[in-house]
Amino acid sequence: MKAWEVVIGIETHAQLSTQAKIFSGSSTAFGAAPNVQANAVDLALPGVLPVLNKGAVECAIRFGLAVGAEIAPRSVFARKNYFYPDLPKGYQISQYELPVVVGGKLTIQLGESEKVVTLARAHLEEDAGKSLHEGQGQHFHGRSGIDLNRAGTPLLEIVTEPDMRSAAEAVAYARALHALVRWIGICDGNMQEGSFRCDANVSVRRVGQTQLGTRREIKNLNSFRFMQQAIDYEVQWQIATLEEGGTIEQATVLFDVDSGETRAMRSKEDAHDYRYFPDPDLLPLLIDRQWVERVAAQMPELPTAKRERLLAEYALSDYDAKLLTSSLEMAAYYEAAVAVAGAANAKACANWVMVDLTARLNKEDREIDESPVSAEQLGGIVLRIADGTISTNIARKVFDALWNGDGNSADEVINKHGWQQISDSDALESTIDALLAANPTMVAEFRAGKEKAFNALVGQAMKMTRGKANPQQVSELLRKKIT
Amino acid sequence: MIERSLQALQQALAAKEISSVELTQLYLERIAQHNPQLNAYITVDPASSLARARAADAQLARGDGGPLTGIPIAHKDIFCSRGWLTTCGSKMLSNFVSPYDAAVIARFETAGAVLLGKTNMDEFAMGSSNETSFYGPVKNPWNDSCVPGGSSGGSAAAVAARLAPAATGTDTGGSIRQPAALCNLTGMKPSYGVVSRYGMIAFASSLDQAGPLARSAADCALLLNAMAGFDERDSTSLDRPAEDYSRELQTGAGEKPLAGFKIGLPEEFFGDGCSPEVMQLVEAAITEYRRLGAETVAVSLPSTHLSVAAYYVIAPAEASSNLARFDGVRYGYRAPQYRDLNELYSKSRAQGFGAEVKRRILIGTYVLSHGYYDAYYLQAQRIRRLIADDFAKAFEQCDVILGPTSPSTAFKLGEKAADPVQMYLSDIYTIAVNLAGLPAISLPCGFAGGLPAGLQLIGNYFTESRLLNVAHRYQQISSWHLQRPGGFA
Repeated sequence: MKAWEVVIGIETHAQLSTQAKIFSGSSTAFGAAPNVQANAVDLALPGVLPVLNKGAVECAIRFGLAVGAEIAPRSVFARKNYFYPDLPKGYQISQYELPVVVGGKLTIQLGESEKVVTLARAHLEEDAGKSLHEGQGQHFHGRSGIDLNRAGTPLLEIVTEPDMRSAAEAVAYARALHALVRWIGICDGNMQEGSFRCDANVSVRRVGQTQLGTRREIKNLNSFRFMQQAIDYEVQWQIATLEEGGTIEQATVLFDVDSGETRAMRSKEDAHDYRYFPDPDLLPLLIDRQWVERVAAQMPELPTAKRERLLAEYALSDYDAKLLTSSLEMAAYYEAAVAVAGAANAKACANWVMVDLTARLNKEDREIDESPVSAEQLGGIVLRIADGTISTNIARKVFDALWNGDGNSADEVINKHGWQQISDSDALESTIDALLAANPTMVAEFRAGKEKAFNALVGQAMKMTRGKANPQQVSELLRKKIT
Repeated sequence: MIERSLQALQQALAAKEISSVELTQLYLERIAQHNPQLNAYITVDPASSLARARAADAQLARGDGGPLTGIPIAHKDIFCSRGWLTTCGSKMLSNFVSPYDAAVIARFETAGAVLLGKTNMDEFAMGSSNETSFYGPVKNPWNDSCVPGGSSGGSAAAVAARLAPAATGTDTGGSIRQPAALCNLTGMKPSYGVVSRYGMIAFASSLDQAGPLARSAADCALLLNAMAGFDERDSTSLDRPAEDYSRELQTGAGEKPLAGFKIGLPEEFFGDGCSPEVMQLVEAAITEYRRLGAETVAVSLPSTHLSVAAYYVIAPAEASSNLARFDGVRYGYRAPQYRDLNELYSKSRAQGFGAEVKRRILIGTYVLSHGYYDAYYLQAQRIRRLIADDFAKAFEQCDVILGPTSPSTAFKLGEKAADPVQMYLSDIYTIAVNLAGLPAISLPCGFAGGLPAGLQLIGNYFTESRLLNVAHRYQQISSWHLQRPGGFA
């Protein structure tokens, strides 16, 4: 019997970072009291009409440009009709036959290798409100509550082709997409608040089979860990079901975080007929070349371009360049540090960011944009190592001091503590003369051939200078004087 | 006073011959006296109207009144009006007091007009007889056993019986023009996009357009001046320079004011399907137009016979979606008892909507369903384009198109209520205009059996001003539009 092949396609809802909703002027800020951010349009009062927020369109254009997709010169908003209490109009305004972004590709990282995932489309739509049920810290006296603050928040739904072949690939894709939408500033990526949620369409087939198996859609995966767990479970379940002679029914399933299982929510039989049709309240969305060019001019440098530039300008390794461009914040931090330390110290900056800074951030569970040591401060540290003012060991002390808020810059910390290396050879010579005079036994041992004694002398010298001496210089001077 | 034109009323107000409060009071008294017979108004709020009239009087006293300052205007109950019950003729909204003003209401408010009351209408504007209203049918002032037409039947009956100097209506398939014809009024449907739809409760969004119902083309022009204008809250509103719709009415008349003017007569509007009495009156009006110097040319609108069919796919499709918001959850009627969410929906909607609205929701839901969409909705949209193309070709040969507004004069209450298809056919001449998005006007052209008949003039896009002028020239040499129904002196 041939082995099984897993086929996964992902649909992602990315909440766009616009100030106002997609079809009304209400604020999109998270966390307000229920229904205070719902105006007449969001409440779907009789007679109100939608007006498209151009900011949301620009987010879609940005995304299209970032993944090399076609920006449709004409796309159409359609109504998706269904009844639900948190859907005030009784329909969701979305795009159906003609989406704003068509195609595109996203490269994902799988350990050392890469894979290109093809995108089918990305379309604009509005989010629904939230139904609040008894229990969630709320009291509705046996009823359900409706919060329409989220209703009308702009979403970009990004749909892949069924290109992924494992949960790991699916997660790698979701991570890459997550980094990208944040990189281009269209989505805050906050998964706890639901700003970035994925649905995974999962099916399995025998290796070599060309036809796709029947898929089940796992809804609302709002963490990478759950995505991995949910897909793993689903794949196992589908394979087991088929191997036991069962069949897979097309269905929508939910992942139960507590049990770690996926459970069918509704089957194909009770799938909605959404009766899509073009929304007569909105004109077709026309995007001309000028508009695309204006947006393109405001785009940040994309990760791939930046990576190549870092490779070329700073002679970094491929690995370093990739790591430093893994998020916009990381790249921005790195480049700001290099701006202070100078291009000649780019490699040293890379090491500091990737090793010392990252370790410390991980230890304290912070993001790079929350680092107590700013990029400018770190650049200052690297600069002072490079010009010989401090040793690497002292540099770590400067870093700690800055991390703890003890000073505003590397120079300030160095001056305050008098941590400059003693590179004045006269001063160092007199220190070493004193050292040799005080330790005749060690000098004798060294002269008798004991290399250990020499190291002890160097250590003593460093101690006497409280670490400020350049160890290289110390050993040179010592050797000169003893031998 | 009740026979004066809007311009004459404005002069009387400016000259302090009468105050806005007195004028408003006069109409409120007439409403109190005659409305029980006609049922033209759903809501009258004398305190609110008189407060507005007092403000208008203050404005007039300062001498900074506009053309409509202090003049009472009735509004179809489809326009959301802040603080007013806004029902759309439905039980579903029988408890809905709007927290905001529709663009049309706000524009009349800005113009200083007094909101006189909210007029009866077919439920959600679905009907051609005003018999589908939750608030009961409206009677035709010319014969109270007849319908006033619909859906703007309350507005038409109110103006015809002099229970308002003028009114607003909305026209999705003829809902201004057909009641205008049946009540001896002048009523205009502007080009789609000229008047903002914001706050006007949607029936079929791509067809709905608000317009004036009045006693003359000159009055309609003044009303349209107040109503028209770009509104960024309506994405289908057109950003065009403001125009004075009465400007062509001011120009010198002369012997032959329409010399060089071409009136197109579509063969499709002059065949079977129209009652001979109405046809005779239309023919007589054509003779008058020739006397005014106009030339008539034969044109053809070969696809118009498909318009009713296309309309009854597109309008219900849009309506089925537009009316989904009336679910009993946030506002409006909610069934008193329900066991779960599905029952809350189904009972509230079953009890809150009337039969015609349900019929159209069902038709609309059906034609949009998976597997039927292409055959119905897309096909209807193709027909819609053909119809627009027909008009475009016709307008290469003529300046306006003329024909009857409605195939008959007012029919009896109950006569067509049981036969939806017969009812739908009463809009056979008006529907194509909405499908194409063109402007059109209906004006009185005589009486048959004591009931008025209407003449329809259809123009190319944004030729409202010209249409008003062509109607006005006819009204300068005819007196049909000045006739008042008996019993409303």
